[in-house]
Amino acid sequence: MAVTYQLIETITVGSGGAASIAFASIPQTYTDIKVVMSLRASDTATQILLSLNGSTSNFSARFLIGDGSTVQTGTLARYVGASTPSSFTASTFGNAELYIPNYAGSANKSYSADAAVETNATGAYLTFVAGLWSDTSAITSLTLTGNTGNFVQYSSASLYGIKNS
Amino acid sequence: MATKLVVDCSTGITTEVELTDEEVAQREADAAAWAVELAEREAQATAKAEAKASAEGKLAALGLTADEIAALIS
Repeated sequence: MAVTYQLIETITVGSGGAASIAFASIPQTYTDIKVVMSLRASDTATQILLSLNGSTSNFSARFLIGDGSTVQTGTLARYVGASTPSSFTASTFGNAELYIPNYAGSANKSYSADAAVETNATGAYLTFVAGLWSDTSAITSLTLTGNTGNFVQYSSASLYGIKNS
Repeated sequence: MATKLVVDCSTGITTEVELTDEEVAQREADAAAWAVELAEREAQATAKAEAKASAEGKLAALGLTADEIAALIS
């Protein structure tokens, strides 16, 4: 049976924290790629943002965010979702997934993402994002950056390759 | 100094590098953009709540009971 879902690399943040996590020299041998994240921030309002091939231009994204009592929509270029802020229950990490189909193709690159912030309380955040990078380049590197603070120790991101056969 | 962890998928080697001045500036712009976006959403939510309260008040003034208003807006 063909292997259609394969771990490429995992990054785990060390004791010093990291503002940004990046995968370089992504192999071009898969159909789609997916990043699975477990993130906690050192700041109270850190959002996860995407850049591809070192570019932060020509992105657009729409998102849906719920906090347990209300649902809102918004737009923010390069948005992936929220990471668990430092003000939430200690040692909890949020879960997020980013999926990019046809990442090695020659069309513009769409992406989808969802993220769940973790805390031992009734109010947390769940986000769903639909995004577009209006660029036809094959994706060879992918960077996830917090807009403030650091991702704390033991935060991690794993890059998977998906094949259609 | 803010840093970036980079794994080279062809070698499996992870390196830690400092963010460039350009990357630091981008983060600051990103934080500002999020603050603007958040303020816009909060303003929209406030306006929506105020409009709802106003509408409920007008319905009550027309003689609808609280149960009738709840039935209309639920």
